[in-house]
Amino acid sequence: MTQPAGPGKAAVIARAGLQQLLDALGAAGYEVLGPAVRDGAIVYDRIAKVDELPAGWTDRQDAGRYRLERRGDQALFGFVVGPQSWKRFLHPPVETLWSTRQEGERMEVTAPQPDATRYAFVGVRACEIRAIAIQDQVFCGGPFPDVGYAARRHNAFIVAVNCGEAGGTCFCVSMGSGPQATAGFDLALTELLDDAGHRFLVEAGSAAGTAMLQGIDRRAATDADLAAARAAVARAAGQMGRTMDTDGIRELLQRNAEHPRWDQVAERCLSCGNCTMVCPTCFCTTVEDHSDLAGTSAERVRKWDSCFTLEHSYLHGGSVRQSTRSRYRQWITHKLSSWFDQFGSSGCVGCGRCITWCPVGIDITEEAAALRTAAAAPNRGQDGTP
Amino acid sequence: METAEAAAAAPGQIADMARIAAAAAAADPFLPRVYRVRQARRELGDTVTLELQPESGAAPAFAPGQFNMLYRHGVGETAISISGASEDGAGFLHTVRKVGAVSAALAGLEPGAAVGVRGPFGSGWPLAAAEGADVVVVAGGLGLAPLRPAIRHLLARRERYGRVAILFGARHPRELLFRQELERWRARLDVDVMVTVDHADASWHGSVGVVTPLIRRAAFDPHETHALVCGPEVMMRFAAGALCDAGVPQSRIHLSMERNMKCAIGLCGHCQFGPAFVCKDGPVMRYDRIAGLLAVREI
Amino acid sequence: MERLDDLLAGHPFFAGMSPELRALIAGCARNHRFDAGQYLFRESGSADEFFVLRHGRVALELAQPGRAPVVFETLGEGEIVGASWLVPPYRWNYDARAATLVRAVGIDAACLRGKCEADHHLGYEMMKRFVPILVQRLHATQLQILDIYGNR
Repeated sequence: MTQPAGPGKAAVIARAGLQQLLDALGAAGYEVLGPAVRDGAIVYDRIAKVDELPAGWTDRQDAGRYRLERRGDQALFGFVVGPQSWKRFLHPPVETLWSTRQEGERMEVTAPQPDATRYAFVGVRACEIRAIAIQDQVFCGGPFPDVGYAARRHNAFIVAVNCGEAGGTCFCVSMGSGPQATAGFDLALTELLDDAGHRFLVEAGSAAGTAMLQGIDRRAATDADLAAARAAVARAAGQMGRTMDTDGIRELLQRNAEHPRWDQVAERCLSCGNCTMVCPTCFCTTVEDHSDLAGTSAERVRKWDSCFTLEHSYLHGGSVRQSTRSRYRQWITHKLSSWFDQFGSSGCVGCGRCITWCPVGIDITEEAAALRTAAAAPNRGQDGTP
Repeated sequence: METAEAAAAAPGQIADMARIAAAAAAADPFLPRVYRVRQARRELGDTVTLELQPESGAAPAFAPGQFNMLYRHGVGETAISISGASEDGAGFLHTVRKVGAVSAALAGLEPGAAVGVRGPFGSGWPLAAAEGADVVVVAGGLGLAPLRPAIRHLLARRERYGRVAILFGARHPRELLFRQELERWRARLDVDVMVTVDHADASWHGSVGVVTPLIRRAAFDPHETHALVCGPEVMMRFAAGALCDAGVPQSRIHLSMERNMKCAIGLCGHCQFGPAFVCKDGPVMRYDRIAGLLAVREI
Repeated sequence: MERLDDLLAGHPFFAGMSPELRALIAGCARNHRFDAGQYLFRESGSADEFFVLRHGRVALELAQPGRAPVVFETLGEGEIVGASWLVPPYRWNYDARAATLVRAVGIDAACLRGKCEADHHLGYEMMKRFVPILVQRLHATQLQILDIYGNR
């Protein structure tokens, strides 16, 4: 749905206009998903009413820490990103690939029903748009596409929200992916809350976006609105909780496979895989075979997997990556280095989720910096080892 | 590892909706086709060669070195290299050793059994590039299976190649794969076949020792040689080293790598070997591109 | 004597060696022929000779009580059999059986050791040729110990 059409003229809608947008999306047959507070975190769930958005909430994030707090205002998007990403809808955690029936030696393979779900994602951050584009490349960029992903993605309507504030673990500016969504959306909102009132600057990024705006009460944006939106994004860009120096990072990781830092991070890493689950670009999956008791029907079910599990690198006889050291190295090297070889970009969008949701607070920006610092240090062991 | 075209797509910037639309309309590469076991031939105590034929229609063409994903109902799916075309060309040969639940189920199949097949996938041996040059084939254990279609190709077009040497190592004379076919190759005057085993008793009249020293004894022009190597990774590492020592350029040494291949199409992430996906950038990979990775533990 | 020197000159082990040094070694040499099944030497025997293989295949084996002897290496044309002559107490650690008809040149160990002591240049030349063979065989043994083929 998201066409790279030129940005239309910016308009301004009020909170009521946002409700009209939700209604219009629902009327157009979309399953409308957006942020909502659940169990002390902001997650993505079905929403029908603006009231269901996390009005007046913000999130405090740091390495290994996430806490919701009340804001002093009624901002609807006054937080950054929670533990979930849109990945769970486009690339679901559990998905049946196909099923078989076998009686005697007659086997029939049945493909799953084509997924006709049309998602509308409301509140997609710039880093998440980048993450979706990265997964587009993973699942649709090669000769063998994931057709289920492609169908869901093709049908999706994306309402971006530009960030007016950055979180404590955000570093999208370093990764060049935010805080403003510049493409890859149908509509982009910038929430404005100032003396001129609570309103949203809205820009269309596709023909579908432009069409969706038709029935919604709006007015043309003034220079003051545009300036306020620019200021909001600039504020977020200036507040990044983290930074990552990406200069030469692909080679940095490639040439430091035996760096002592891996041992240090392995002392802390629990190999729990949280970072891979919350990462909006991590795509690894494993497959399970389920069958009924009679053994007549069987299903092949795909599930999210993590390179932190021992089974991930299993070859008959044992796993290639036995140590935590090697598994952490695999994860960060894939994310920041070999992703370029495989898909032409970094696999990191700077959303900071892996830092926030790591139970021991391992920080990808800190690890990358440590490799750089120690790698740059001339002081090496007498035997030539670092 | 060839991702120049991927780079050109500038991912992360703008969604390529045309490509996504094409992907949504593509055939589902996860879906297997139903094949039947036409013949099952016991090779070794735990190793069986299955001849598989599509239940309907023709089997797709394959390049020597490629693999298929074989599925047994209710048990699971596993990557197995293609060890040849069936004699009438209508199906695949797969040589399966019982090492896990799926391979054990496959190795126990009898004629008529149904098997799901996806493939062929992956890169093949550089047989066209090797035309006009000498070819050294180095195989260890079951590593002869993915090399057999390449050897058959070489011998069927013998006049297109220079000297051909087949160096094969196994654990014990009892564990020599394709023994009759080895004898037929050995009987030819235009191919140098050397077989060695790790252990033997006095009834074995052949060579005892590892396969790598055979490289020194084989006759080939190192500057005009392509080497095809398949076997346990440690054997391939040392075979590649011995080939380099003999003067074969790294770029002409090809290894068939093995990693955990679950999806076979680069989507599941399991078979990563440094920047490569073994399922789609391999399994046959050029040594000059992976020599550095082979030296890193747990990569 | 000259004929033995020619035989040595054509063997890879002596490639590039100066004729003078080779002649010194040839002075310790004699010709051998072993029929298939004959033993070049037996375990625990005195290592008073090593063999320059010219033709045929030699199986190195270890006997075990109640079981057939295990062949752990075979050597052929262009290779050398025996290193224990270099290391006191000069005893063989395995059996060497001619697996086929074998033609070899035997080098008397006491004779050569004496010449090496007297002429360290010769001694060093011999070491430079023997040590790589020992290292290669050690390396091959390491691979054998791994029993790698079970994995693929």
